[in-house]
Amino acid sequence: MDNKKRRARSIARLKETWRRFKKNKLAVFALCLLIGIICVALFRHAIVPYDLAIKTHASERLQPPSAEHWFGTDGRGRDVFARVIHGAPTSIFIGLSVSVGCLILGGLMGLAAGFFGGRFDMIIMRLADMISVMPGTLLAIVMVSVLGPSLTNMIIALVFCNIPGVARLTRSAALTISSQEYVEAARGGGASSLRNILTHAVPNASSLLIIQFTQNTATFILSAVNLSFLGLGVQPPAPEWGAMVNDAREFFRTQPYLMMFPGLAIMLTALSINLVGNGLRDALDPKMKT
Amino acid sequence: MGRYVLKRFLLLIPVLLVASFMIYGLMALAPGDPGTAILGTDATPEEIKAYNHAVGFDRPFLVRYGNFLSDLLRGDLGISYRTKQPVMNEILARMPVTATIACLSVLTAALVGVPLGVLASVKQGGLWDTLPTSMSMVIPAIPGFWLGMLLLYLFAFKLDLVPSFGVEDPLGYLLPVFANSFGSAARLQRYTRSSMVDILQTDYVRTARAKGAKERVVIWKHAMRNGLLPVVTSIGSTLGAMLGGAIVMESLFSLPGLGTLTLTALNMRDAPTVVASALFVSVLFNTILVLTDLATAFLDPRVKARYSK
Amino acid sequence: MDMKEVNAAPFIEVKDLEIIYKTDLETVHAVNGISFTLEKGQTLGIVGETGAGKTTTALSLLKLLPPRTGRVVNGTICVEGQNVMEMDDQTLREMRGGKIAMIFQDPMTALNPVMTVGEQIGEAILLHNADITKAQLQARVEEVLQMVGIPATRYSDYPHQFSGGMKQRVIIAMALSCQPAMIIADEPTTALDVTIQAQVLSMMRDLRDRLGTAMIMITHDLGIVAQTCDNVAVMYAGEIIETGTSVDIFCAEKHHPYTVGLFGSIPNLKVKTRRLSPIVGLMPDPTNLPKGCPFAPRCDKCMEICKTEKPGVYKNGTHQIRCHLYANNAEEVV
Repeated sequence: MDNKKRRARSIARLKETWRRFKKNKLAVFALCLLIGIICVALFRHAIVPYDLAIKTHASERLQPPSAEHWFGTDGRGRDVFARVIHGAPTSIFIGLSVSVGCLILGGLMGLAAGFFGGRFDMIIMRLADMISVMPGTLLAIVMVSVLGPSLTNMIIALVFCNIPGVARLTRSAALTISSQEYVEAARGGGASSLRNILTHAVPNASSLLIIQFTQNTATFILSAVNLSFLGLGVQPPAPEWGAMVNDAREFFRTQPYLMMFPGLAIMLTALSINLVGNGLRDALDPKMKT
Repeated sequence: MGRYVLKRFLLLIPVLLVASFMIYGLMALAPGDPGTAILGTDATPEEIKAYNHAVGFDRPFLVRYGNFLSDLLRGDLGISYRTKQPVMNEILARMPVTATIACLSVLTAALVGVPLGVLASVKQGGLWDTLPTSMSMVIPAIPGFWLGMLLLYLFAFKLDLVPSFGVEDPLGYLLPVFANSFGSAARLQRYTRSSMVDILQTDYVRTARAKGAKERVVIWKHAMRNGLLPVVTSIGSTLGAMLGGAIVMESLFSLPGLGTLTLTALNMRDAPTVVASALFVSVLFNTILVLTDLATAFLDPRVKARYSK
Repeated sequence: MDMKEVNAAPFIEVKDLEIIYKTDLETVHAVNGISFTLEKGQTLGIVGETGAGKTTTALSLLKLLPPRTGRVVNGTICVEGQNVMEMDDQTLREMRGGKIAMIFQDPMTALNPVMTVGEQIGEAILLHNADITKAQLQARVEEVLQMVGIPATRYSDYPHQFSGGMKQRVIIAMALSCQPAMIIADEPTTALDVTIQAQVLSMMRDLRDRLGTAMIMITHDLGIVAQTCDNVAVMYAGEIIETGTSVDIFCAEKHHPYTVGLFGSIPNLKVKTRRLSPIVGLMPDPTNLPKGCPFAPRCDKCMEICKTEKPGVYKNGTHQIRCHLYANNAEEVV
């Protein structure tokens, strides 16, 4: 019975959120754009064969945009359009996986620290402090460089460096929630801490976590692109937007369009996620709307 | 208050110990040894082994770390594998470039972002709100290095107004600072705006109005002193983050700073230089955080009271 | 519906005031056509539940409604014959704090946390006495602090160093510092402990009598009204449903059913009752008010007409009730 009621309530809440989200035209537009980008990433092989993005053609180097090569060709004669399309899943995958990793590790640490408090809280927060003794970017760069540049190592490094931020945020949310009267009441009624976390903290922190999740995803895509730009991310010849901009540096005095397309792709992806995140924030928590 | 300041700075010591351990540990995982690096490929394996033994490289990790710390206390950061010179010299030579760019960037970002944020909060819904606020939503999505390249192309190559690399000409600072401060200015604008919007709704701002204070006084005296407290913290952490992010901008604009030093050292497996420069950046980073905390405590009597006990 | 016939312009005259709060999502009808007047030296009590529109009315007198959302859509507010809505900034500022001062509900948040209380009181004085010297200012601040029972030595303390009751005293000192003709006290004791409430209230009463200040006392506590007010207006869902002198409200036989309900919800030591009789139900949704009498859904004397038609005002001397019940036996029907 109780479950049924709870489900009905959460469906009503979802509907209400969607109703408010729809009012924000910009966010709806951004959502469409984001869905478009995701579709491109999913159906990339139907749009343009992977071969075009990978095979080098010495005879077709550095061609300007044309009907045959929409975005021109790069310094090795590869089709830039194909490379931009096939770069999409990489960036989205990195953004999402780092976000999920941080959410699971950092989020659980923060929730547990906030709810159990005491020594447990102290240990977890000191651990978080230890990671943040260095600027995040620097730590990530050193880590990837030591572990060896690769997609996996980049994700590991980014998750590691961003755990403290997510943990602190979740912890303070958990603290706010656990000091609220209904949780006190549940505790007074003999509910265990774990039960408390599951029935009170998680649903109440969920809007905050969803908002954080979307905003983080955009930030992590940008951090990953930064690392790739330094040559520390996805290794050639696999197409990746940051690495493409880096490759284009060599020619950008004469072929500036080479850097334009991957850069624009990064920007559009990050922007659409940010705008969707903003719309979600306003829709989930109207009080936060300014 | 004095005791609190002292305590905050003393707390830096364990923080930096952790930082040094982390960096040193990370670099110990990387391949490479001082003998091969310093003596070069001409040296026989025996010579290399002898050298490594002489500098204690064949000892256990913790012993090496202990030696590193005791050297550190004497101001000796080790010998660079690459230049075979003391690392300290290079760091001190490159430090001003990074510091100048970081400080100028934060200054520019604060001078642009904060007033625009305050203005947006006061003129909520007006042009001075919607325009900068929507700009500050778009700008953080632009990768800094890409913006830097666009600026380079336009101002250095097309218009030939500024040098495209280096800082021999002070004009060389212009583009990196601009590219660096763009995103931070946008973030500070949003942050200031939201903080000020909250403050403008508080009861004490209403009290000030009810007293008959001019709107200008209400905003500048009553709202700003409270609304900018969190912004000060944010400016501090922006400055800190900029030191870490210097690598990307410095490499793009080929600037002789700590960032490029770290990057080159990483690529050359020059562990002493990496450790030293990363540690140096960490010192600056944490000092800035402490100073920011102290500034907030100084500006907010509530925080000050908590710490002066 | 003026409370009494007046010749010269009264100190405060509010006529047919209607205020809404408009957000993207909804429109709240906070005040719906209220009128009242207040003479110099008098005290008017505005009584009602939370959400009845009392604070909104008070804020509108000083044109302090939240910008962008709060809006006066109809009616006039005149202070000494001048329409507040049409005042220029200069006049408005001179009135705020100078002529009419306000004491806010929550002393915890009404003081600026980063300024000393001395600075904050001094600012109020300085705003309305530009030519005062530094020494005079200091002396005056200390004087008003002592007036509300705070030692002058606490001049440079910050708000967080004061207790709730002391903060409210600081706010009262700030309000009195420019000797305003009127003070609006918006639930000045609600946020305080009961023992402190009595202290603060009796101090306010003494000061009012000593300085001859007019007062609007907003409260939901009928005890406070009985102790301090000359006239009383009972508000419900943004309307004044009953008004009169304190004697009318506390001693007359006929009352609006809501007022009866209000009295029923407070304990009376003289009458032996087994339990208090609270008013059943909640205030109507201010975004969607009922067509007839707003109290009809909760009223135990509700008639068919109450659900469809707004009641008129039935007068008996100074006593006015807005209810269909008295349509037939009132002395005077407006």
